[in-house]
Amino acid sequence: MSATEARTAALKVEDLEVAYDVRGVLRPVLRGVSFEIRPGEAYGLVGESGCGKSTTAYAAVRYLPGNGHITAGRALIGGDDVTAMGAEDLRALRASRISMVYQDPGQSLNPTIKVGKQVAEAFAVLGASKEEARERAIEALRRVRIADAERVMERYPYQLSGGMQQRAVIAMALACDPQLLILDEPTTGLDATVEAEVLDLVANLRDETGAAILLIAHNLGVVRRTCDRVGIMYAGRIVEEGIAGEVFDDPQHPYTVGLLRCLPRRGAAKSERRLDTIPGSLPLIGTPLPACVFEDRCALASAECRTALPTASHPRPDRTVFCHHVDRVAELVAAPVTAAAGEVAPGEVVLQLEDVSKTFRQGGHEVRALVGVDLELRAGETLGLVGESGSGKTTLAKAILGIHAADQGGVIRLDGETLAGLTTQRSADARRAIQIIFQNPDSALNRSKTVRSILSRALSKLAGLSGQAADDRLEKIREEVVLSPRHLDLKPRQLSGGLKQRVAIGNAFAGDPRIVVCDEPTSALDVSVQAAILNLLADLQRDEQASYIVISHDLGVVRYLSDRIAVLYLGRLMEVGDAATVFAGPHHPYTEALLSAVPSVDGDPPARIRLEGEVPSAIDVPSGCVFHTRCPRAIQGTCEASEPPLVEVEAGHMMRCHIPIDELRRLQATDAG
Amino acid sequence: MLRFLIRRIALGLVTLLLLTVIVFALSNVIPGDVGRQILGPFAPQESVDELNQRLGTDQPLYTQYFNRMADYARGDLGESYASREPVSKLIGESFWASAKLALLALLVTIPLAVIAGVYAALKRGSIFDRVIVTLSLAGSSLPEFVTATFIIVTLGVSLSIFPVLARPPDGADPLTQLYYLAMPIMALVIVYFGYIARMARAGVVAALEADYTRTAVMKGLKRGVVIRRHVLRNALLPTISVVATQTGYLFGGLLAVELIFNYNGLGRLLVTAARDKDLPLLSAGVLVIGIVYMIATLLADVLISILNPRVRLGEDG
Ligand SMILES: Nc1ncnc2c1ncn2[C@@H]1O[C@H](COP(=O)(O)OP(=O)(O)OP(=O)(O)O)[C@@H](O)[C@H]1O
Ligand code: SF4
Ligand code: SF4
Ligand SMILES: [Mg+2]
Repeated sequence: MSATEARTAALKVEDLEVAYDVRGVLRPVLRGVSFEIRPGEAYGLVGESGCGKSTTAYAAVRYLPGNGHITAGRALIGGDDVTAMGAEDLRALRASRISMVYQDPGQSLNPTIKVGKQVAEAFAVLGASKEEARERAIEALRRVRIADAERVMERYPYQLSGGMQQRAVIAMALACDPQLLILDEPTTGLDATVEAEVLDLVANLRDETGAAILLIAHNLGVVRRTCDRVGIMYAGRIVEEGIAGEVFDDPQHPYTVGLLRCLPRRGAAKSERRLDTIPGSLPLIGTPLPACVFEDRCALASAECRTALPTASHPRPDRTVFCHHVDRVAELVAAPVTAAAGEVAPGEVVLQLEDVSKTFRQGGHEVRALVGVDLELRAGETLGLVGESGSGKTTLAKAILGIHAADQGGVIRLDGETLAGLTTQRSADARRAIQIIFQNPDSALNRSKTVRSILSRALSKLAGLSGQAADDRLEKIREEVVLSPRHLDLKPRQLSGGLKQRVAIGNAFAGDPRIVVCDEPTSALDVSVQAAILNLLADLQRDEQASYIVISHDLGVVRYLSDRIAVLYLGRLMEVGDAATVFAGPHHPYTEALLSAVPSVDGDPPARIRLEGEVPSAIDVPSGCVFHTRCPRAIQGTCEASEPPLVEVEAGHMMRCHIPIDELRRLQATDAG
Repeated sequence: MLRFLIRRIALGLVTLLLLTVIVFALSNVIPGDVGRQILGPFAPQESVDELNQRLGTDQPLYTQYFNRMADYARGDLGESYASREPVSKLIGESFWASAKLALLALLVTIPLAVIAGVYAALKRGSIFDRVIVTLSLAGSSLPEFVTATFIIVTLGVSLSIFPVLARPPDGADPLTQLYYLAMPIMALVIVYFGYIARMARAGVVAALEADYTRTAVMKGLKRGVVIRRHVLRNALLPTISVVATQTGYLFGGLLAVELIFNYNGLGRLLVTAARDKDLPLLSAGVLVIGIVYMIATLLADVLISILNPRVRLGEDG
């Protein structure tokens, strides 16, 4: 311990305070942030959106927006005070000692300059000649496991996939062998398997280069997989700090406990329990706060919390917690979960898909986005769709909604009646029966209208209601989606993301839908808001007997809501079954890889399967089993030769694989042990 | 790229054809008799009929239209009803006059406005920035005729620095011509400046805030390099495209200035032609404007595609 402390910290933040100038008024955002990242260590910063994570990172490299000011405290990089540096020193520091990678690699690369030139620039700035810089750029791209580096050098950013772009950005960031690499949501927006690859890459590079890492991520699984230590941030302060896995398994601050209890963890399902939420919301920027920033949302708050700043305590080794009542946190941890309000027995079959395919034509090629899908959905049942991007989830949802027509030959039946391909050809009843909720509620809500008129319009359009009947129903929907009467007179932009999503849900439920497609319904929301929305969806389903089709890359969310799961790969169903069965295994090899790629807040299985490479193009589909090019369990000679059929391998569990289920069970048990 | 060009040109030709139809249709909606219009209210009916027959204006509309198109195809723009001079000559003269005025104005404005806009963006929030923003807003929100009249009244009438009529004597040397054109150019500069400066400023501000600029800064590049290599190119793309696609807007300004300064340009010619129901002149003039417009947007697209790999490599249409 003392040996590490003797070495200068890679980043040391001391009582940092930052305020943003909003129309002439300084509004504090960071209220005394202190933490330290040791050389070679990976440190995670976690907390609700707006708590100040990015602000901390940008302040540490002195790249705050024009209206941001460091009002107190210091940030030291390798012992040098960044807050006191002149422009030239700062430039030299950025060129040679620190690097940054952020969300959306497509945006962080200059669209008009070739990738190679951009990477080479990072070497040229260190004094390399033009030739040398080029050579080293190729090397750098190889180092981030880009196989055909020479070719990638000549490409423009838009010609690369998101994962490749992020690799190029990381290659650039590593050019100077930085002491500190800051990653702000580096994998948000990337596909689960690509995310896993990028995280593995970061971990390997860290071993190679010894760089310290500051990782900001809202996905706690990502933090757990990548980081040694983690700081939990709330309203501009770090409230708990410790070893990542230990903090997530045994939180000691009331906020951390609350945050973790919001997550659908350890296989939680809607039939067993409701999710906890944290009442209230993050204080607005610049509001004066009581001594403990979490006081107004904390169940343990006492008078002391309003007046005295909580000091550091160490309830566990390697743990620091800022709370007056650490001794009582166990009460919160032990608080019983709220049981679900009852299970819904699935009813009649509502939706039936038989041999549904969808072929797009693109530049003379046939793209088979969906191939022979057979599925059933019962009343009050949720079907979770799982698969990498490009696997056909959205295409399937759109075919069901009639946004595009499925190919001739397949049949989609609603309550036994065959549906026309396109919404426009369907009856008003059929149209009303199938609704959608998007990730981004804005796309579904008219920005210039009040919530009241948005919902009234949906009622008249979908349910044909007007006058008193419409008003009554509107009132009922408002209660169901838990909006207060005050919200009805606001416009979408005056609402938070969670409230907007409630309006969008109310909108979808206006016409008593039979089926609601939920496309990443909570991906843009904070965990506490997510928990409330998931509870709401579960409640509505129970009360209205609606069926859901849920698409989400968050397997915790899918598992929580779903009764059954369908796994898609290259437009084909690979596995279908009850949620519990599919998650418990034996898994189809693709599902197995997918489950193991997704980082979980509960930690990774002892042996992780790496899914290499990207999904093959749907234009040029592999022979035999379409997954054989990436399948870790592929049987040579069999899998590339013939495509296995989708067969029932045990009661209620279908799979498309040449390996018999008992063999899979044996293989997967051995690997896990 | 070639495919893109061919497609654009084909599309342009179709647009032009539509334009001729519209102009032709519109000019025939205006009631009145072409022969009567030309010869005046007191001419005998026989002469009017005879004239109509000679001009072909007694024929059904579609015949008139097809005849005109056939003439155009042969390169014959016809004769002006009003002055009996060949349309090609009239249009040619006034076209060059307009082009001279517009090009001179743009030559002054573009560098000025781009530099001012870029500089304002780089010094965002400074006094200079605020002055530029205010000036350009004022310049482009005032109607052209107000600006132009103001210039005439102050510089021309009160101070008598410049001649009030923008008509240089025949065969005047370039300097004298410039002297005569100074005020209309000034009026146009004021109108165009605000527009272009604001576009340039907005483009640079957006590029400065873009993630790729942040990446460049975090690489430790010098500020000058960041701006030259990463900011300007991305910033000026939208400026070019907007300026070019707004050629119509530039024509509007030109027209007003020509009328007020009594300048013998295309704009003034067209207004007169419309008043006189001088169909051959009007439709040829509109066609010329259409062609110029098409070429301007085409040039802009080519320029943009040179700067923007995504368009150049043709993957996105
Ligand atoms: N330029 C700015 N001007 C004014 N307020 C700002 C500015 N940038 C950020 N803020 C505010 O400061 C607070 C902290 O923002 P910050 O981006 O650091 O949060 P974060 O923790 O990174 O959130 P997220 O998870 O959404 O990225 C927020 O309330 C945000 O709205
Ligand atoms: S100090 Fe008080 S209010 Fe703050 S977290 Fe602890 S118990 Fe809650
Ligand atoms: S059939 Fe073969 S390639 Fe396909 S999933 Fe099964 S083992 Fe893998
Ligand atoms: Mg952030």
